[in-house]
Amino acid sequence: MSCCAAGTESATELEALKTAGPSAEEMWLSSRPLGDGMRQVDLIVPGVHCGACIALLEKELPKTSGIDHARVNLSTRRVSVVFNEKAGVKTSGKTGAQISALTSENHAETVLTALGEKFKALGYPAHLPGGDEEGADPAFAELLKALAVAGFASMNVMLLSVSVWSGAEAATRDLFHWISALIAAPALIYSGRIFFRSAWGALSHGRANMDVPISLGVILAYAMSLYETITHGEHAYFDASVTLLFFLLAGRTLDHMMREKARSAVRNLVRLSPRGAMVIRDDGSRDYLALDEIEPGMRLAIAPGDRIPVDGRIVSGRSDMDFAVVNGESAPQLVEAGSLTPAGTLNLTGALVMEATRAARNSFLAEMVSMMEAAESGRAGYRRIADRASAIYAPAVHLLALGTFIGWMMVSGDWRMAMMTAVAVLIITCPCALGLAVPVVQVIAAGRLFENGIMVKDGSAMERLAQTDHVVFDKTGTLTRGQPQLINAASVAPDHLAIASRIARASRHPLSQALAAHDSAGGSLPELQVTEMPGDGVEAVSPAGDVYRLGRAAFALEGRDQGLGEAADASQVILSRNGAFMDVFLFSDQLRRGAVQAVARLNAMGIDAEILSGDRQAPVKALAAELGVSAYVAGVRPRGKVDRVKALAQAGGRPLMVGDGLNDAPALSAAHVSMAPASAADVGRMAADFVFLHESLEAVPLAIEVSRKAGSLIRQNFALAVIYNVVAVPIAVMGYATPLIAALAMSSSSVIVVLNSLRLRRKTRVENFARSTPGRIAAELITDAGPDTRLGTSA
Amino acid sequence: MSNLIYLIPIALFLGALGLAGFLWSMKSGQYDDLEGAAWRILDDDDDKPKPD
Repeated sequence: MSCCAAGTESATELEALKTAGPSAEEMWLSSRPLGDGMRQVDLIVPGVHCGACIALLEKELPKTSGIDHARVNLSTRRVSVVFNEKAGVKTSGKTGAQISALTSENHAETVLTALGEKFKALGYPAHLPGGDEEGADPAFAELLKALAVAGFASMNVMLLSVSVWSGAEAATRDLFHWISALIAAPALIYSGRIFFRSAWGALSHGRANMDVPISLGVILAYAMSLYETITHGEHAYFDASVTLLFFLLAGRTLDHMMREKARSAVRNLVRLSPRGAMVIRDDGSRDYLALDEIEPGMRLAIAPGDRIPVDGRIVSGRSDMDFAVVNGESAPQLVEAGSLTPAGTLNLTGALVMEATRAARNSFLAEMVSMMEAAESGRAGYRRIADRASAIYAPAVHLLALGTFIGWMMVSGDWRMAMMTAVAVLIITCPCALGLAVPVVQVIAAGRLFENGIMVKDGSAMERLAQTDHVVFDKTGTLTRGQPQLINAASVAPDHLAIASRIARASRHPLSQALAAHDSAGGSLPELQVTEMPGDGVEAVSPAGDVYRLGRAAFALEGRDQGLGEAADASQVILSRNGAFMDVFLFSDQLRRGAVQAVARLNAMGIDAEILSGDRQAPVKALAAELGVSAYVAGVRPRGKVDRVKALAQAGGRPLMVGDGLNDAPALSAAHVSMAPASAADVGRMAADFVFLHESLEAVPLAIEVSRKAGSLIRQNFALAVIYNVVAVPIAVMGYATPLIAALAMSSSSVIVVLNSLRLRRKTRVENFARSTPGRIAAELITDAGPDTRLGTSA
Repeated sequence: MSNLIYLIPIALFLGALGLAGFLWSMKSGQYDDLEGAAWRILDDDDDKPKPD
């Protein structure tokens, strides 16, 4: 076991443990060749925490034959393993390229199987990265480089400018201006192209964005200063143009960093859809094929614990299956030959053979995705607050500068003087503070949320969440845990519970897993021979010859009815010895932690809550009563959820959808803003704007509170920027602005905006629920995502 | 004034050196794993206590 893994797993990581790691075939499909017969596979290992973990993994993994080396990245919690795909061929001494080509995959398979087992033996559950959009982020690297160049140039130019302002004599001043021009030119071209490109893109579509006044201001300032320098003029704005770029790039980089961190955190969650499936050929041979290669009519072998790769029909076998992704309900259903199985559902107990009825590209999953795309109207109409501000700001600034130029031309007739004043107006009004106003607040707010285990996809999501006035909850898996809990643990005999939980450890059935959680490590129990009867239960034979059965009443009691009625709203499991009744265990889905508090806090904030569930009327009604929610609808199909959310939006509301299942995914994307727990289906997680990692539902009101505070700070920042302009613009228009005044005004307004934004760090207290043990790793995973996202931690 | 002829190039050169250093470190992946390095330095690898 690892240094610090025991007992600290979060809900998502327990999920990762349950899904039993990627198979060798999946690892092979996701690995990439490095040349020289080497291949690399990247795995996410959430359990890596410290130096001991790094040392252990990097030392132990290469001991598996065929593994060349392993490298741990602690920040992203990933391990890249480089292995030799021809390891087996080399040692066996066989020659011939054909043989090696044919067998390389098989040898790699043994290597990868050993690798998977090694991970398990070391106590670090590993899984494959979720999305396809992996690898380095070129846009971020470009921003950082541009920022570095702008920083270098602005520092040097500013240094020269300070000596000019301090009163350098004419010859020295000219020399310094020339040097500044030489430094600024390449910096403007290199760092400024990000803005120029975006401004050009907007202009060529007939729109104006914030980058238009920026680009215009920077270019005009440079051109005018160059003209001044050539004519031995006194005022040059080289420093202003480069510093401007530096400040603006800082805002851009922060904005980008925040989104990227959230995305990578989402990608690190467990992936729920398989990458391929084991195909049984007509001649009985088995092949592992990638998802795209599976055609209708092929027969597929599905082991217990596998997810169904494509829609199909069961040909043979009997098992319990988890249909949560389809109907959102956690109670497993029995499947037999002839049952239909949609893609993404989970096989729990027995081995199955199924026949694919549809290819992956038009399976149930794909259908949901297309329904989501169709529903994508919820946020399409939303324009970010910064865009709305610039739509007013940009034309105003341009008109002001133009007016200044015309005005001075009329008054003095000196075009050079008029131009210089107009440029000064452009620089003074350049939206430096405005460019920082939004991203700084959003980065700090995102840092706040990260600390509490909430990930934000982008800044506009936060703006939309601040507007929400109505919350729509899904039931199972969102308001409830979605996992059954033993509810009569106190009333059953302790030794019966001990036996039952020991037997239950062998099964993947959710009821068994709930029972197995009560297994104490005591070794007083005899060794049991456990066999699973798919669809019925588990049978265990003790060394003394006693047969214990755990499962459905008919199975455990061998058909004898001993007067046990079915519990009304709870699932039950019966333990028997040699067919004689021993005990009954009752299970029920429990409320998610903090659900009651969350609804109460939402009410206090003036936000209505309602429940939309695919479940039956009775349990939904009971839950609504328990939570004090009066509005609920039961038995809703995915389409119905979308329609309800859209109806709310059309009535002028701003609905927030909170849901987890695949059946919620279309509604998640149709809503104005959406949240999903980390345990949600892949598609749901991708569709949601916010993902919360912790068990507690209090994340919902907390996220709304932080978003609202962020919204008010952004408005304050805008107000500050406007006040600054009201003071500074008249000075510039009157022609009193010198480069020194411009530099001072620009920096001070930026600093004030940043300082005001930093107040958010103090304004929100860290919530207690996030600090409880079960979520510890998840909290670390996020706060450790990088020093930059931790802006808010050290308050 | 004559001091400037070599002082300014020196200042610019040193600045450029810093910039080049940053760009190099970014390109060679120095910032890929910010936390791992702090732990790795504590790892003594194969060091064993001296046998008696």
